[in-house]
Amino acid sequence: MKNSSLLWLVIFLLAGGYLIFRTSHGDMGISYVKVTTISPEKSNVQWTQYSKASKKEAGEENVQFSWSRTIGLWVAALSTLAIFSFLYGDNVFYKISESVFIGASAGYAMAVGFWDGIVNLLLRNLTPGLMRESIIPSIPKENHADWFFIIPLILGVAMLARLLPKGGWIARWPLAFFIGATAGFRLVVFFHADFIIQIQSTILPLIVFTDGSFDWQTSLKNITIIIGVLSCLVYFFFSVEHTGIIRPISRLGIWFLMITFGAGFGYTVMGRIALLAARLEFLFSDWLWLIDVE
Amino acid sequence: MFEKLNSLESRWIFLMTFLAVGIPILLQKSLPEKPTPMVMDVFNLVEDLPSGSLILCSFDFDPASAGELQPMAAAFVRHCALKKHKIVFMTLWPVGPPMIQNNINILKKEFPDYQYGEDYVNLGYRTGGEGVIKLITTSLDKMYSEDVNGTSLKKLSLTKDLKHIQGIDLLVNISAGTPGVIEWVQYASTPFNIKTVVGCTGVTAPKNYTYIPKQLAGMLGAIKGAAEYEKASIIQYPQLAENPQAQEGLRRMAPQLVAHLLLIFLIILGNVLHFVGRRKGLSS
Amino acid sequence: MKRTVPLIICSLTGFILIISWFLPAAESWGEKVTHWFDIVAAFAFVLGGANLLKIHLQKISNRRIGWGYSAVTLTAFLVTLLAGLFKINVNPSMNYPAYSWSGNYLDEGGLLWWIYEYLFVPLSATLFAMLAFYITSAAFRAFRAKNIEASILLFTAFLILLGRTYAGSLITSGLPDSLAFLRFENLTIIIMSVFNLAGSRAITIGIALGVVTTSLKLLLAVDRSYLGSD
Repeated sequence: MKNSSLLWLVIFLLAGGYLIFRTSHGDMGISYVKVTTISPEKSNVQWTQYSKASKKEAGEENVQFSWSRTIGLWVAALSTLAIFSFLYGDNVFYKISESVFIGASAGYAMAVGFWDGIVNLLLRNLTPGLMRESIIPSIPKENHADWFFIIPLILGVAMLARLLPKGGWIARWPLAFFIGATAGFRLVVFFHADFIIQIQSTILPLIVFTDGSFDWQTSLKNITIIIGVLSCLVYFFFSVEHTGIIRPISRLGIWFLMITFGAGFGYTVMGRIALLAARLEFLFSDWLWLIDVE
Repeated sequence: MFEKLNSLESRWIFLMTFLAVGIPILLQKSLPEKPTPMVMDVFNLVEDLPSGSLILCSFDFDPASAGELQPMAAAFVRHCALKKHKIVFMTLWPVGPPMIQNNINILKKEFPDYQYGEDYVNLGYRTGGEGVIKLITTSLDKMYSEDVNGTSLKKLSLTKDLKHIQGIDLLVNISAGTPGVIEWVQYASTPFNIKTVVGCTGVTAPKNYTYIPKQLAGMLGAIKGAAEYEKASIIQYPQLAENPQAQEGLRRMAPQLVAHLLLIFLIILGNVLHFVGRRKGLSS
Repeated sequence: MKRTVPLIICSLTGFILIISWFLPAAESWGEKVTHWFDIVAAFAFVLGGANLLKIHLQKISNRRIGWGYSAVTLTAFLVTLLAGLFKINVNPSMNYPAYSWSGNYLDEGGLLWWIYEYLFVPLSATLFAMLAFYITSAAFRAFRAKNIEASILLFTAFLILLGRTYAGSLITSGLPDSLAFLRFENLTIIIMSVFNLAGSRAITIGIALGVVTTSLKLLLAVDRSYLGSD
């Protein structure tokens, strides 16, 4: 065995031993739930509801240890570590976690699409009686089937034809509907919100007076914004060769864009660090109980 | 030394990043924050609305960006509850419903007097993205006839007279991407003049400046925006200083500081190595 | 039939939506098309799931490299899907206790909630958190002040990184009030609301023009690339 492998083995064994020691003493990785019995009015049906409880509430009445959530907490912590393990190198734990993530995401999206799209938007309008009797009891009795909804049903089913070896051309119909609708939506809103209003917002006074006196700060700000927008737009204008007077203006545009990208980089770093901090806080607080943020 | 640094393995940089973020979290030190004018504009907008104003909160983000955006969402929700505003929750992201639930849990725990149906309602998710916004600006019941619990919106006192979202007092959008800020600006705030404030990730924040102030009344950008909003809330409502959960953003600013300093150090080091290498005739 | 009908559907749908913005009489048609759009979007989720199933089943049946991971993906997919579709371990809605299917599929305690909370959340959040490591490493290796443009980018990034933390305030706190605009936190505000705004606005205008022209090309059937080759 190589020295480095031996070193890692020792580190892992020590870490494992530490986790076992603290877990056996009830010092980490335990989840509690608050147990409530739900008895709805005018009904003889009742059930038990479990909601998350903090470790501070552990001794309280109706708060008990939860196996399923404790297992869940360990699964979550080990999944986090498995993903982080990719930083050392590609490995089987990372690959399994990645595969689980892909599968669970797709399954989740499909279930959500079914309940919040197909059932709540389509079937409640197409078969209100059946939905009222089974899943959505609040549908008013006066609601009747709206046969116009057969059209999105046909388009939706036609979309699935894409999976067939032959007849995939049928899937072009819903695709055309989708593209047409997206183009119809966006043509107007982009022209309005992202073109006309942006131009309007750039038409600013070059010389600003505030309370009767010259406001040099706002004036300078407005002039810089106008010069910046115009020079960037000149740089984007590729139909003209960037020579002569165009050249310095487009160069200035590039500088404005570089400042924009630099700002974007700074903000992006900020975002990524925040996400890492949140994950480490989960490990240190929820799992290892090294800090208390509750 | 030069050779060693020039061929520094990525794993060492990863370790430095881990320590730069991890140690401040373990030390639990918080740093002083001063809200910037932009954050104060957003805060004052919520603060100056009369109690009982109707606010639509669309939480369009996922667990991947919750580290940045959940503190913002929580700060907004707490502030709205302290001001006794009425809140309607919704999301355009399929993974958004639990994000709403996390904030409803805050209301249940910290504001037990806040009643579901009367003070807040959860509409949940519907498929369609921008199509959902377009439809609810003219007809809410076509998209949402029931809330997430299957209760008809006509039976809930908060939503029984709500025909569309044009009449709301403020739109709060916390967003990590598409559909999100841009779509709300394009389909709701611009055509219908709905007063809108947003909270967004660091990645999307720079782009959204272009909509301020005409189309957006204000914006919180990245975790710093959340921390400043929390600070503004604590100044106005000192009881929040006793609640560690109301200081999630503030807490994250310490790891942020150390990590930023590390990054600046590494960029400078990388450039020094590059220019020294070039002088020596090496390509870095 | 194969090419003409989709072109008609695309143009008709798009123009109905455009007209509905301007003609109040056509507003209800716009709403109807939008409603259908939202429904068809739900089928896209189903198509995505079914496609994943098809690809990974093929990979397993052909015993291609990594088929074991495909089996893991499929198992996770099917368990999550069934947990969601059958609302496993979900209680009925409080208002309709007699209807066992009336509960919300994501209610706390349900199997889908468990998968979401303990698998989806840590995996997706950690995958994104990993970018913090890579962005740091990339900054060390690739962020070079090689020319004026790169130097401007680098200098701006420095200002933002410092100005958005307490370090910035601390370093420049000694500046007198007359030079307050030079404090890092104020420089950050100036960069974001003046220089960044100008650059972002130009990009936004450019994107808007691109979207408008592409949409028009699609609706007027000038661009037919989405129909494929045959």
